[in-house]
Amino acid sequence: MSTPAVTDLAHEPVHKPAKHANRKFLSAPGIAFLVIVTQIPFVVAIYFSFTNWNLLRPESQGFLGVANMWRNFSRILSNSDFYTVLWNTVFLTVSVVVITFIMGLIFALLLNRPFPGRSVARTLLISPFLVMPVAAAVLWKNVLLDPSFGISAYLFNLVGINNLYLIEEFPMLSIITIVSWQWTPFVMLILLAGLQSLPDSTLEAASIDGASGLALFTNIVLPHLRRFIEIALLLETIFILNVFGVIFVTTTGGPGIQTTNLPYQIFLEAFSRWNVGRASAYGIFAVILANIVVVMFLRILRNNDEAEVKA
Amino acid sequence: MSLSRRKLSGHLLSLLTIVLAFIMFFPILWMAITSFKTEAMAISFPPRIFFTPTLENWRIALFESPFLEFLWNTIIITFASTLFAILLGLPTAYAMAFYQTKRTDSSLLWMMSTRMLPPAGVIVPIYIIFLRLNLLDTHLGLIILYAGMNFPLVVWMTRSFMLELPYEIIEACRLDGANLWQEITRVILPLLIPGLAATALLAFIFTWNEFFLAVNLTTRDASPLSVYVSTFKAAQGNLFIAKMSAAATAAVIPVLLAGWVAQRQLVTGLTMGAVK
Repeated sequence: MSTPAVTDLAHEPVHKPAKHANRKFLSAPGIAFLVIVTQIPFVVAIYFSFTNWNLLRPESQGFLGVANMWRNFSRILSNSDFYTVLWNTVFLTVSVVVITFIMGLIFALLLNRPFPGRSVARTLLISPFLVMPVAAAVLWKNVLLDPSFGISAYLFNLVGINNLYLIEEFPMLSIITIVSWQWTPFVMLILLAGLQSLPDSTLEAASIDGASGLALFTNIVLPHLRRFIEIALLLETIFILNVFGVIFVTTTGGPGIQTTNLPYQIFLEAFSRWNVGRASAYGIFAVILANIVVVMFLRILRNNDEAEVKA
Repeated sequence: MSLSRRKLSGHLLSLLTIVLAFIMFFPILWMAITSFKTEAMAISFPPRIFFTPTLENWRIALFESPFLEFLWNTIIITFASTLFAILLGLPTAYAMAFYQTKRTDSSLLWMMSTRMLPPAGVIVPIYIIFLRLNLLDTHLGLIILYAGMNFPLVVWMTRSFMLELPYEIIEACRLDGANLWQEITRVILPLLIPGLAATALLAFIFTWNEFFLAVNLTTRDASPLSVYVSTFKAAQGNLFIAKMSAAATAAVIPVLLAGWVAQRQLVTGLTMGAVK
């Protein structure tokens, strides 16, 4: 593996041939396509969020009027369900990020030393991330966690617990478990890339100077890993905010709305209540939430550039 | 003395790593094992490890079910959208690599941010637009969306591969009077093949596993495998665990193989080039 490094946008070679300057427009078709596919729906979503359109009531299609235009948003904000859903979304995301960070760091450290079977271990460890999320969910729900014949039943039996169906008794915990199992490899891979970009000579020099293992870790390894940790956790956050398939398969957001997160709430609002206006307004909240994290992420990437330019 | 103790703890750490790796992989292994059991054995307790394997579930799950129709949909959608994203992304990456403007960096960051837009935020307008354009439950509809999803990935990755090409070669071919088409097809593409293959593999992985857009925008005719697998959420009688495991294993294997092959590029692709 070549030396992994955090990318910097600024230092790439800039070729400026005087001829063929109009070739820069070759990027136009692609960019136009991306604008159409990603930005136009968002603009339409903003418009819809100001309507009372419900597909079940075709006559209801229309702009709410200037005086009433915030009605969807105010109804959402004045409904306590919204705060439950928001809390579920944040709780699920933060729990998974914390768990996968700890496990991912441990696995990355374990894999960052040569031993026979290392590449096999690495291959096995990345596999959960590659499994189709809905397949992972049916596997955990119907096979592993089944209260009568699942592996969990076997393990619980050893400690004298019978007939415990985790998905019913602890629905949120089950979802967190499944999603964490899938996303640990993601964090592990990025932190491993970070560890491998740390020059051996730095560690050697420090240990010759008499630094202990723990001191090495906290004073050299962790500071070096910081950017990788930030990138891994923020990217992961962005994706975990969108978790849908696992909830769809295991709990369908229930019992009640105990495991309904923002994407699942939008799905219910749109495709079981067919409330275009309300669902779009919820969508705007989802975009805002994601954007807060995306802005933090982009800021870190920019800081990376500056740091490396200075160095 | 202390050397041998260090050696011993080293071996223990290696052993621990392998055991933990096995535990993480175990659910997938267990799914594959279950798929070779009879239905009765699949739900026997305590779970059985040793048994005479049968291929019966695989035969039923693959050939006496709609599995292959869904697989065909997934294959068409995955390949067409990946190809589409690459055809659109290559010229964009070329322009952004070799003809940079003041706005190139911010365009790249903007592209990356579109990849991070929550699909749930735009599902309603997409549904309505698809309804109006008769794109609901069609391959074309999902192909367009997935191409849009993979386009930023293709641009980011192929652009970074292009920047690593030796610029002298490109300069030389220009001096020899090669036009744009010749420059791209005769010089750049042949050098780019390994990078392009890695990019395609990553796009393949993301598209194959996608579920949210697929389940909301298709009903049956164009539904990919992920939608089919999700129908196993409700137990369909007691006699389905082994067959379900066979179908799920079959749905998962292509991506597992692709991911194992593309291990080295996985990190670059997952972080959109932020970590190489």
